[in-house]
Amino acid sequence: MCWILKTQGGKQMRQIRLLVVATVGIALLAVRPSAAGPVTLGPVTDAVGVVRIARGQPIVLASWQVISGPNASLGIDQNRGIELAIEDKGGRLLDHPIRLVREDSGCNAEGGVTAATRIAANRQVVAAIGSTCSSEAVPGAPILWRAGIVTVSGSNTAPVLTAANRPATLNGYLRTAHNDQVQGRVAAQFAFFAQQVRRAVTIHDGSPYAEGLANVFATVFRTLGGTITAQEAISPGDTDMRPVLTRIATGNPQLLYYPIFVAEGGHVTRQAREVAGLARTILMGADGLFAPDFLRAAGPAARGMFLSSPDLSPEALGPRYQRLLERYRQKFGERPPAAFHAHTYDATHMIFAAIERVARKDAQGNTYIGRQALRDALFATRNFQGVTGTLTCTPTGDCADPKIVVYEVFSANPERWEPGTDPKPVFPRR
Amino acid sequence: MRRGLARLTFVDLFLWGFRLLVILLVLYGTAGTLRGGRYSAEQWFDFVIFGLAQGGIYALIALGYTMVYGILRMINFAHGEVFMSGAFTAYFLAIGLGGSGVLDRRPLVGLALVLALAVTVSTAVALLVERVAYRPLRRAPRLVPLITAIGASFFLQYTFRGLYGAGIKAYPEIALFAGEIGVGGFTVLRTQAVVLVTAALMMVALYLFVMRTRTGKAMRAVAEDKDTAALMGIDVDRIIVVTFALGGAAAGVAGILYALVFKQVHFFMGFIPGIKAFTAAVLGGIGNIPGAMLGGMFLGVVESVGPALFLDGLGIVAPYQLKDVIAFTMLVMVLIFRPSGILGERLAGKRA
Repeated sequence: MCWILKTQGGKQMRQIRLLVVATVGIALLAVRPSAAGPVTLGPVTDAVGVVRIARGQPIVLASWQVISGPNASLGIDQNRGIELAIEDKGGRLLDHPIRLVREDSGCNAEGGVTAATRIAANRQVVAAIGSTCSSEAVPGAPILWRAGIVTVSGSNTAPVLTAANRPATLNGYLRTAHNDQVQGRVAAQFAFFAQQVRRAVTIHDGSPYAEGLANVFATVFRTLGGTITAQEAISPGDTDMRPVLTRIATGNPQLLYYPIFVAEGGHVTRQAREVAGLARTILMGADGLFAPDFLRAAGPAARGMFLSSPDLSPEALGPRYQRLLERYRQKFGERPPAAFHAHTYDATHMIFAAIERVARKDAQGNTYIGRQALRDALFATRNFQGVTGTLTCTPTGDCADPKIVVYEVFSANPERWEPGTDPKPVFPRR
Repeated sequence: MRRGLARLTFVDLFLWGFRLLVILLVLYGTAGTLRGGRYSAEQWFDFVIFGLAQGGIYALIALGYTMVYGILRMINFAHGEVFMSGAFTAYFLAIGLGGSGVLDRRPLVGLALVLALAVTVSTAVALLVERVAYRPLRRAPRLVPLITAIGASFFLQYTFRGLYGAGIKAYPEIALFAGEIGVGGFTVLRTQAVVLVTAALMMVALYLFVMRTRTGKAMRAVAEDKDTAALMGIDVDRIIVVTFALGGAAAGVAGILYALVFKQVHFFMGFIPGIKAFTAAVLGGIGNIPGAMLGGMFLGVVESVGPALFLDGLGIVAPYQLKDVIAFTMLVMVLIFRPSGILGERLAGKRA
């Protein structure tokens, strides 16, 4: 059979075969990190690769967080969480100094690709911590895992990242932040039960985070018996929200749920009050807006609005978090400007614990870390006592112990940002 | 007739088909929306006013693009940053005045100070860019200053990021401009009324300056033909400086109007308005001052009205995500029908 084909069109056939081989090869490359076959280096044999850290050389971790632009406070807060975790270890792990490489991921897909590519190019990077925004992780995490680098995010919440049917390219991705399946449900329950809202509108900005969360909210709200009068969308960078808000007003909604980011969230908040028909509508955002920078962007219009976010109150997290907070203030001279420093702190400690479990030393004092082994150790995390709760990772990388509450913003004064008192948790009631 | 048909190429057919398709879609969508009756007359009025206010800001920035193009045949891509520099710098004065209560007690005086600072900074930055980045390249091939302009744009963005930080800042609310005013049964936000009036005044003043003064006449002469103008005793370098200064001043005013309507300022804020204003200038016919005004207003209104008017009737969900698609489809349509913009490139000159 094969011979006949070959005589009929040998050249064409060869081209087709080449094409098939190339396609399969590319597909394999996309799924399996780096070269095929196990790698042996020193005492460690690993299916993906081995990082050798010579005696006295640093163990390199990489952080990819947004540290510029309107959402900078979200990423800066998380980098501080990483720094505090490194400080816990006295800056050393297994007799090596810890070195942190920081990349700016910009809170968009392009920034995520750039940051991940730069990290992947550094063969000494053992593991990464990030990203901040889900839009960065969707294209960025596969780049890291192709280079055999496992990454743990302390703030990505988009459901797609840890969905049961997630692609194999995300096999090296975990998170200590909650899944928005949880956050969206709490937000919808708050709207339906606590605020007695029956007609609501969602606005997203096309990012995986916002779109995912808006969809979960809408689905749960409908299941509860409410009506979603419109599911609107804007684009990142938009400033004039009045037209879209005018369109929204035609449906007479009682509540506006816009789980978007700081700049656009600020515009929606300010302009909603200026649009006829929305003057008394309840405004509600999510953890992407849970930062004093949002109050700067939104101004006094944020007074009385609601934000869903992880519960950071002493009642929920206990004295360990209070001590961390005290150290945070002493070291950085201000209160945390966002909500995910503790999750990222936990993510960093989870990585430390996994490295300690899988690293092997040779007689000269060099350390070897298997990449697949590190990944498996992280996914095997069970009952890890973090400051955000007891973390246990699922096979698709959800490790959080989610505690979501809805906060009410009282003074809208960024200088008086103090999660727990202002904004204050109002749902669920304790 | 037969010869005409023979010359009809595939591209022609495609273009005609495209025009027809877009027009049909627009008509079908519009009819659907109007039949649906979702929006009231007040809401249509609001859409138009929102669009005009946004368009006025585009138009003021577009003037800078179009005047420089008229004279130098060059796109000054750093103009968005000229706009940013004034608004961003004046923020610090506005916050100071707001904190000390001046903006509440004497809002007009305070605002005049803020405006003066923004105009000064924008003008200074425009002149600096001209002196450092463009004048040494006056005789270079046309692509060279274009690339320099993009470089200058990045340089300015990151300089201001270094100066003022990467975070978002927001102008204080001014009590005088809060609320609405009634205009013949409709209501208009006060900020938007201020924007519309100021933008209109600025545009008229600029137009009169170019058409009625000696310097304006010299500008038009330089735009017509630089070498001949020089032979007539016109100081070309001085006229170019005046042009950049006028463009910078208009961008400074646009920056404060933007801050009144949108409040937020940051180092990257000039990028998107810059691109939109450039689009507006091309729409109206680049090099043409009334064209830039018309183009700006047109773009603003299309962005505001378009998604509701065209897309709602087509049953598209979340149409406002596509407002840029509409704006740029309109640009393509206008350029297919009138390659030199709505009003055309009036400053006919030697083009490379």
